[in-house]
Amino acid sequence: MSEKTYLEAIREAMRDEMVRDETVFILGEDVGKLGGAFKVTDTLYDQFGDRRVRDTPIAESAIVGYAIGAALMGMRPIAEMQFMDFISCGFDQIVNQAATMCYRYGGDVGVPIVVRGPSGATKSGTGLFHSQSPEAWFTHAPGLKVICPSTSYDAKGLMISAIRDNNPVIFFEHKSLYRSFKQEIPDEEYTVPIGVADIKREGSDITVVTYGWMVHFCLQAAQELEDEDGLSLEVIDLRTLSPLDQQTIFTSVRKTNRVLLVQEDKFTGGIMSDVSAQITENLFEYLDAPILRVTAPDTPVPYAAPMEEFYIPSKDQIKEKARKVASY
Amino acid sequence: MEPNSEVSSNPSRRSRPEERETPVKNGKSGSKGNQPAKQSEFVAIEGQNSFNLNRDQLLDLLYNLKRIRGFEDSLKKLHIQGRVRGGVYSGKGQEAISVGTCFGLRNDDIVSPIHRDIGVFLLKGMPMRRLMCQIMGRKSGPSKGRDSWSHTGDMQYNILASSSMLGSSVPILCGATLATQMQGRDSVGVTYFGEGSTARGDFHEGINMAAVSRLPVIFVCENNQWAYSTPLTREMGDTNIAKRASAYGMTGVVVDGNDVLAVYEITRAAIERARSAAGPTFIECRTYRMDGHSEADPAKYRPSEDLQRWIKRDPIGRYREWLQGHCKLTDDEERRMQERIDAEVVDARKFAETQPYPDAADALEGVFMP
Repeated sequence: MSEKTYLEAIREAMRDEMVRDETVFILGEDVGKLGGAFKVTDTLYDQFGDRRVRDTPIAESAIVGYAIGAALMGMRPIAEMQFMDFISCGFDQIVNQAATMCYRYGGDVGVPIVVRGPSGATKSGTGLFHSQSPEAWFTHAPGLKVICPSTSYDAKGLMISAIRDNNPVIFFEHKSLYRSFKQEIPDEEYTVPIGVADIKREGSDITVVTYGWMVHFCLQAAQELEDEDGLSLEVIDLRTLSPLDQQTIFTSVRKTNRVLLVQEDKFTGGIMSDVSAQITENLFEYLDAPILRVTAPDTPVPYAAPMEEFYIPSKDQIKEKARKVASY
Repeated sequence: MEPNSEVSSNPSRRSRPEERETPVKNGKSGSKGNQPAKQSEFVAIEGQNSFNLNRDQLLDLLYNLKRIRGFEDSLKKLHIQGRVRGGVYSGKGQEAISVGTCFGLRNDDIVSPIHRDIGVFLLKGMPMRRLMCQIMGRKSGPSKGRDSWSHTGDMQYNILASSSMLGSSVPILCGATLATQMQGRDSVGVTYFGEGSTARGDFHEGINMAAVSRLPVIFVCENNQWAYSTPLTREMGDTNIAKRASAYGMTGVVVDGNDVLAVYEITRAAIERARSAAGPTFIECRTYRMDGHSEADPAKYRPSEDLQRWIKRDPIGRYREWLQGHCKLTDDEERRMQERIDAEVVDARKFAETQPYPDAADALEGVFMP
């Protein structure tokens, strides 16, 4: 065991897999000597060379397309998006090509690629095009798996699972988590299963479903609500957005009968709209209160400090909405 | 030079057609700044069998041209009869590109054909029966009924599936070739796309990265003059597409896409270059889409004289004449060839029609690979 940042955990997972499996390689913009804009691939170029850590031109669509083609021929490419905001430049390759490929080949051919990169806002003015949370788009494309880890332990275990998976995996790393904490994690390899949520804090009064950066906001809010109001929040970290772990969510809702959903993503069309619908459709008779959501507003991510602060869902908003859910 | 006047056996007339530019004759030119748009006239390299194919091989080229035509003709009938769903996108007139480019490929070479390249599937070894099962939505087709024929892929023949997002398979084919390069194999990749796709970003991104990595890829541009209803001069400012190759830092050539021997020879040279690690090649095949965009499209937007002009350049008719002159092809040989093709086409259809459809609920399977 040793203490690792979230970023170091991701790098360690990639390094271990590249050592273990000759077919794993990395491609992306500035991933080589520079080690990536956030240094996630730092030192991998020195260890594996330019054959397996490949700098590419600025061409997100080709980066993903090349990864798909290489995967069809037996490789396991990891394609870095320098910022996940740029993933929309590779959208066709992901949703029309990678996502449908297995189906088009009659279910007999996998596309084992990982498309990974930094997403999310930062409270440091990263602005419209370096702060987005575009994960929900990809949950709408059958054939993709979508991962958003919140801890070093989950990040390493899920990255190893993602690389070994025979399907395209979109791996959202939250840039605000890269270096914000250290966590003791095993030095040896381990996997965290894709599609399994994790209860990060057990509780009995309200089920809070969240993921990514917001897990940490929810855990703080939960602690304060317990201290201040004696409310017991159960915080579920989805970890994987697609496929969604319905079972863990439903088990918790049957216990608490109250639900608060928290996402950094915008209000409309986020994953929590689906979580809400699925709970309502299946567990209506268990609910003692309407399902409420805390989300960003339906705007681009603004730049100026007061606006950015206003945009990002806050611990106080979570507490306020939780109290409202509890009040019914 | 009139397009139908270039059939010649004089080797001295072989020239690089991109050097012979003449203004468009029908006057339908766009403009770019003060420069009038130019378009090379259709001057054949006129394949001369410089790779010394033997008589059987030369006849085999004709057989394959006719096999594609025969198969597609039957598809059109089946579509009218309602026995083939969706659309039929004819490659009539472009058969020499499929045959000429694939004839020199090995089994381990990788191709990404598009909807008008049904010949590529056949030439790469996919059995007509299997292809017909895909087209007729049968369970024994490679996609097991999940997708139509124009996006067929079949990895056992190293055929990558394309999609309706034309141009998107360019980077995918390049990535597949990158993989074989990384694996230390000497496979060559051939990606097919229409001239219309060269306006797409994926074409540019894919070819640029291939040039940077000196990948053993052959870019086969099937310039059939029309992107659905949009003529070439409305697709790009400079219609000499192969010129772009030099901007990417790779070899670019133009070939008469209706001359099967010329396509074969140009591709064969590109294959050898690729296999010897001399990098990618861009081949612009000048051809003509003799049918509409799909069978539902009567293509009334095209000048009818264009079609008449190109009918005279039909790749099958031209090559038949060449064989009659150079190889003493007999009517009897050709008749037997046609009988063999007709029998295979009928067999493929009958076989497919005996195969079961997938169960409705199979639609839920195959989204993910275990």
